[in-house]
Amino acid sequence: MLIYDTRYRSLTFQVIAALVLALSFWFLGNNLIQNLRAAGLNISYSFLGETSGYDINQVLIDYDSRSTHLRAAIVGILNTLLVAFFACITATIFGVIAGVLRLSNNWLVAKVMSVYVEIFRNIPVLIWIIIIFTIMTAVLPGPRAFRGDNATASMVLDLFAFTNRGIYIPSPHFESGLFDSAVQNWLLVIAFLVGSFFATRRVSAWATAKQEATGVRPSTFWINLAIWFVPVILLMLIMGLSWEVPALKGFNFAGGIKVGGPLIALWFALSIYTGAFIAENVRAGIQAISKGQTEAASALGLRPSRVMNLVVLPQALRVIIPPLISQYLNITKNSSLAIAVGYADITATLGGITLNQTGRAIECVLLLMLFYLTISLLISVVMNTYNNAVKLKER
Amino acid sequence: MKKSVIYGAATLACMSAVAATAGTLDDVKARGKLNCGVTTGVVGFSAPNAEGVWEGFDVDVCRAVAAAVLGDSTAVEFVPTTPKTRFTALSAGEIDMLSRVTTWTLSRDADLKFTFVGVNYYDGQGFMVPQELGVSSAKELDGATVCIQTGTTTELNLADFFRSNNISYEPVPIETVAEAQQQYIAGSCDVFTTDASQLASTRATFENPSDHVILGDIISKEPLGPTVRHGDDEWADVVRWSYNALVAAEELGVTSANIGTLAESGSDNPEINRLLGKEGSMGEMLGLDADWAVRIISAVGNYGESFERNLGSQSAIGLARGLNALWTEGGLQYSPPVR
Amino acid sequence: MSTELAFVRTEQIPPSPPPSSAIGPKKWIKDNLFSSIPNTILTIVTIWLIYTVLMVVVPWMANGVWNTSSLTECREVLQGKTGACFSVLSERWNQILYGFKYPVDSYWRPNTALILLAFAAAPVMFFDLPRKMLIFTAIYPFLAYWLIWGGTILGPLVALLGFVAGGFAFMRLSFKSFAAGFFGAIIAAFAVWIIGGGLIPETASENSLLAAVPSRDLGGFMLNLMLGVTCVSLSLPLGIALALGRQSNMPLIKGISVVFIEFVRGVPLITLLFVASVMLAYFFPPDSTVDLFLRVVIMITMFSAAYIAEVIRGGLAALPKGQYEAADSLGLDYPQAMRLIILPQALKISIPGIVNVAVGLFKDTTLVSVISMFDLVGMIRGPILASTEWNGVYWELLGFAAFLFFVVCYGISQYSQWLERRLATDHR
Repeated sequence: MLIYDTRYRSLTFQVIAALVLALSFWFLGNNLIQNLRAAGLNISYSFLGETSGYDINQVLIDYDSRSTHLRAAIVGILNTLLVAFFACITATIFGVIAGVLRLSNNWLVAKVMSVYVEIFRNIPVLIWIIIIFTIMTAVLPGPRAFRGDNATASMVLDLFAFTNRGIYIPSPHFESGLFDSAVQNWLLVIAFLVGSFFATRRVSAWATAKQEATGVRPSTFWINLAIWFVPVILLMLIMGLSWEVPALKGFNFAGGIKVGGPLIALWFALSIYTGAFIAENVRAGIQAISKGQTEAASALGLRPSRVMNLVVLPQALRVIIPPLISQYLNITKNSSLAIAVGYADITATLGGITLNQTGRAIECVLLLMLFYLTISLLISVVMNTYNNAVKLKER
Repeated sequence: MKKSVIYGAATLACMSAVAATAGTLDDVKARGKLNCGVTTGVVGFSAPNAEGVWEGFDVDVCRAVAAAVLGDSTAVEFVPTTPKTRFTALSAGEIDMLSRVTTWTLSRDADLKFTFVGVNYYDGQGFMVPQELGVSSAKELDGATVCIQTGTTTELNLADFFRSNNISYEPVPIETVAEAQQQYIAGSCDVFTTDASQLASTRATFENPSDHVILGDIISKEPLGPTVRHGDDEWADVVRWSYNALVAAEELGVTSANIGTLAESGSDNPEINRLLGKEGSMGEMLGLDADWAVRIISAVGNYGESFERNLGSQSAIGLARGLNALWTEGGLQYSPPVR
Repeated sequence: MSTELAFVRTEQIPPSPPPSSAIGPKKWIKDNLFSSIPNTILTIVTIWLIYTVLMVVVPWMANGVWNTSSLTECREVLQGKTGACFSVLSERWNQILYGFKYPVDSYWRPNTALILLAFAAAPVMFFDLPRKMLIFTAIYPFLAYWLIWGGTILGPLVALLGFVAGGFAFMRLSFKSFAAGFFGAIIAAFAVWIIGGGLIPETASENSLLAAVPSRDLGGFMLNLMLGVTCVSLSLPLGIALALGRQSNMPLIKGISVVFIEFVRGVPLITLLFVASVMLAYFFPPDSTVDLFLRVVIMITMFSAAYIAEVIRGGLAALPKGQYEAADSLGLDYPQAMRLIILPQALKISIPGIVNVAVGLFKDTTLVSVISMFDLVGMIRGPILASTEWNGVYWELLGFAAFLFFVVCYGISQYSQWLERRLATDHR
């Protein structure tokens, strides 16, 4: 028998594995073909080019019911990325605040933060999404409540309207933009901000050079503040910035920017749920830095803020960032629960309405998995690159 | 608890060896149970009651088929399906027939390969709005937020309607009826749209049904009917004629009240006798026995009785027969002759 | 020198008590709540927050109504006061726990299964208990299956016998080689299953002791618990195999494991559940039907196996290389080395991680509500909220669901922390 001979053993096992694999693929594939033939179906992706026929309530690119199913899927992808992106940012903020406060020497605050972390970690995210969506729809007033002389609800500062359909905020406009299209005007503003960013980098390089030469680091706070805000504000004044305030019109508020209820519910639920996990990562990261490091830094005469910035954080981040990135991946995957609140992400468009309308279940589910797989592989690549970059150089 | 899988795998191994392709009719007879796909809960069409027993207009069709084939209207395994899972469940053979407010369309017929055996309810898509909005026509809904139950032809009709009338709207797609109700009642949408019959059924569950009006506009044709897979015509015939027997019984005045005497002593009307197996061999032609229609009518009554019990004046929903009256009374329900 | 000395104290002064500000609750409050101005502000804000939350929740809970039969009735009883309609819980208690179709006179069956689960899980969770109890743990799955699904006892019995036969074959043959034992066991088990499966009469389940319950009728929190327990216990062996496969130096086996793990971890559970509900049926032989519960169990097991494999891989990687080399130098072959040296240590390190995966998985069982299974969340979103009587009681139901999950998950994570301390063999 070949398995007794160490030279051939691994080969034998691999041949057996290959055979088993091939057999099971043949079994599954054969069943699939037979079943499809029996049902008279075929696998075809041509439905992607057909007219979708349905409308979507939140679109980031041009789309209407005459667009194709493919375009509906792209709308869904963009919506997924949108909610995932914002949820990652806010979850990090929640997580860092809660994680740091949990280590606070204020007993009450530390306890409250532990309660937050435990409550959110131990209850399914689906229940949180539904609870927060219910808060949105059942507690906030409908647009109808804003109407009439004896309205029961009113706009906050006459600028923001919190309704159960979403939050309406004023949207900025340029009266006398330097370009004709709004997009170009906004690009100009972004260009100014990028310029400010590089300018602050120069300022900080200058401060470091000065510190190395004289031992005293000049204060750069006010200079940086000015660099960030003065040019942009000037530009906006020149272009005639004005705000369009949402107003009640017909059934709904019109004007301004609408942040839809499902988006808010999903965004907030994902952030606060994942924030609890990130808080644990942050806490573990900070606790992983041995006390000797802090003490050594203090012994060198560093101020507490510099101990944090130069000694603790760089080391803690090495521990915090890998789990943080996998939390980001979790947010992206959990955003597929949008289907529970009617948010038009990829699971709701391609895996929902398109699937229902065309009946192409196999094709739609495969495409859906392909999309998520691509995203998570991309995130893995980022994570591996980072890990390699910060790895301690050992034997 | 883990062993279900093991046992499943073991039985699977045996099953795949034994399984021979027989027709659905033989499968059902061998199994002794009819697997019938229904909704996850639309009051009046198919919903479990407080004791967990399925009831409704669509459920009666399943029970009629079970009564005809198996002689027992309770030998039905009701499989709740969502709009997403219903077609796969049918094509993959998980269910023998689908009786689930499913609209008969060309693409479902030709592309998804299903056979609609008839139309048990002629429906159309409508709108429900709160009384206080003072809306009287769907054309006044410009800019409204519309709650839609997803996964039906509803989204497509809605898009078509608003586009052809050149008015705007904001769709809010919702998976389950319960959540659609929640959002509609909370006012996070102005309008709720789905098939008119389901609107009535939803309104019936509200605390104050009279605060909501169903608009007169019907924007689509929704012929709802029981469905089977393509390619098994014998089975399609059994389901089709089980349903036709319901309509024929109403046309002929056979009810669950008089079926006992009619089945025993026969009637002067040869049509009734053929239906009830007193004359001819209609049951045999279908692969059933002579009493098939007798059992159907004793179990669920005729079409009209089933309608009244589940959707009509005797129920909380209180729908009028409308298009679903018999053809002799100005409706569309019409059974081909049993001969 | 004169012997006149100034006063010399001959005994020590008794220590005087510390000032009142440096002792007792006062000091504690000062140190822990008001040590600095930012801290004071934080404390005050937190107290205000807690107060607002309590002012809403406490009257709501305290005024709760427990014995009405519909929301309208409950609102009448409350007469406009804030108060919870907990009566939805008491009225729909059975539906919340067991779903709406499980036969009422059989509720004792899942209850018994749950109680027995405690006995079956005890020897696995607490190492001090007598090892003999593991025999019951091994029998438990079959017993629980029979209790919950009912039907003929012959089915579970044959399945159990198959395992026993496989175990025997393994013991007899593994003296010669692990591989012979392994394949021998598989062949023996399948032989018993196929022969035994054929011997069970078709009508066996009709007049059995416990009436058969189709798995479609399972529901409520019971379904969540069953899915959680089943999938975690099934995914453990699969996860170990995948982790070993990923560490293997055979390229093909490593490749299969890596592709499987990365694929499953890369997609959300909900897409796998879509696979179970709309795709998987096409992959089974024509004319055989595998019910939705089983299909969902297959997909969730695959899902959790991939995550458990990654946890165990971490455990394997954390072992010092010396352990592997020591096993080799003793002349142990691969299965022996794994069974006797590597896995016991690697699994010990991985237990907290595995428990975390288990908690996450248990929470994720709520997702089955999206594919029309009536688990706890599915019952709430579907039949209960859609009913005429309880149309509109969200908070009581969602709050109760959250509470149930919290109790179970928090309990498990506390156990995991206890276990971590218990297993810590390093000296600190």
